[in-house]
Amino acid sequence: MPTVVSAENLMKKYGDIVAVDGINFSVEQGECFGFLGPNGAGKTTTIKMIQCVSPKTSGKLEVLGMDVDLYPKEIKRNLGVVPQENNLDPDFTVYENLMVYSRYFSIPKNEAKERIEKLLKFMQLEEKRDAIIERLSGGMKRRLILARALLNEPKRLILDEPTVGLDPQARHLIWDRIRSLKKEGVTTILTTHYMEEASQLCDRLVIMDYGKILVEGRPEDLVREQIGTSILETKANPEVLSCLQKMKQEFEIVGDTIHIFTDSPSDLMFNLMGQCRLSQTTVRPATLEDVFLKLTGRALRE
Amino acid sequence: MASYLKFPKVSNWAWKVWMRDWKVFMKTYKVNFILPFLEPILYLLALGFGLGGFVGPIDGIPYAVFLAPGLISISIMNSAFFECTYGSYVRMYYQKTFDAIIATPLNLDEVIAGEIFWGATRSLINASFMLIVVIAFGLVSLPMALIIIPFSFIAGLLFSALAMCFTAISPNINALNYPIFLLITPMFLFSGTFFPISALPQPIQYASFATLPLVHVVEISRALTLSRWSGFLPLNLIWIIIVSFLLFVISINLMKRRLIA
Repeated sequence: MPTVVSAENLMKKYGDIVAVDGINFSVEQGECFGFLGPNGAGKTTTIKMIQCVSPKTSGKLEVLGMDVDLYPKEIKRNLGVVPQENNLDPDFTVYENLMVYSRYFSIPKNEAKERIEKLLKFMQLEEKRDAIIERLSGGMKRRLILARALLNEPKRLILDEPTVGLDPQARHLIWDRIRSLKKEGVTTILTTHYMEEASQLCDRLVIMDYGKILVEGRPEDLVREQIGTSILETKANPEVLSCLQKMKQEFEIVGDTIHIFTDSPSDLMFNLMGQCRLSQTTVRPATLEDVFLKLTGRALRE
Repeated sequence: MASYLKFPKVSNWAWKVWMRDWKVFMKTYKVNFILPFLEPILYLLALGFGLGGFVGPIDGIPYAVFLAPGLISISIMNSAFFECTYGSYVRMYYQKTFDAIIATPLNLDEVIAGEIFWGATRSLINASFMLIVVIAFGLVSLPMALIIIPFSFIAGLLFSALAMCFTAISPNINALNYPIFLLITPMFLFSGTFFPISALPQPIQYASFATLPLVHVVEISRALTLSRWSGFLPLNLIWIIIVSFLLFVISINLMKRRLIA
């Protein structure tokens, strides 16, 4: 399969601050590739280098086999971008936003009109065509931005936090559209804070922190390798803690709860119940969020 | 320093940015066209004919006739400067319009160039309306005065490029008040607009010629409205072209440092 993006030892510094610290990854055609990480992990910086907006400091970065420093116009012509911040043009209506944007891609006017009709329909925005941007809900704005990103009919889509701040209905509509684009063979690069979004959409993802890639893999593989199938949660008290230590059982303490990662929850439960006096105990399936928190820690990032 | 003089990569795609600004302008064209008519009429009535009644002729020219090219020059300066300070700052910072455009095949150099050309276009539009007013009052010599129309675009580039430099370095929108009070207001008063620059002490005259862009614009505008030629005019024009070009290059590099470092 041809490679859409390939990065080798990619580095980005702002003065003395290292935002992206020598990462390697590649995105293959047709897949949905995710970047996960806490705020300031370097996800958006990486995305901005891929879309030829922010120049790299060192290393190699090729998009569609072209060097980002040498062929920015050609690369950008072939990308659709949904930015993190809504940057729709408030001076124009919904329809005008798309029309003006199509000119930046030199799409002929009649062709642009046809595409806009299709996209308004695809994004369920037909009734809002003459609305001014201010009057749109958060979900409509995001849908319009996705429509705008599709104007040049890109085969590669970059989505930087596509559903941030949306209600579940709006989020599911966006997910649904991203999936149908994927079926048409569109390659997607996604950053997100929402673990559910990543598990729903990504074929493969990396978890980043402090500018480095911590792990890479398929979401379900990462969960199995890093955590196991399940997590047993039980209330922490000194008695239980010393009992677990005596049994040499590994565990994590989160607030007043003990987390134990396991592949065989019923055996573990049976075993522990016999030895220690557990209370308020539940077993739940392990998720990507558990992997994320295990790798990046629980300390707040500001 | 050399990094601020790096030659920008501007292609004719910059006109797409110009076109965006033009479309927005035309959405409210009625308001946009009334103001440039109203302003010169007020100034001419108050200063040209009101104050002018107490002021004798300057170099044998009635005061209103002397004042007319000064008013046109001020309008050239203000329209470009305000468009590329407040206008561009809002588009850059609040509306994120520049970010949206550079995600397309256009680059930042082209976005800034388009904005600067648009600022100069505002000068051309406003100067043309003022010209109609002063022609109606019979204050200029025709057809020479019509050359002000293309000239206002060139002079507009000077002020829009200058404005863009300030937009690139302003930490916030309020900081744009500094160049307006410290540079634009003194220029408005001391560039030969309301009285001949020769009334000032000699060292100040030299300093004005060397540093105040508006001085050169007023010199040329007045020569055009009066049909009076002097040997210095080519020097004024060369000064405007060279400084505009330098500011154009510097402003693009400053913007790159600000937005895509």
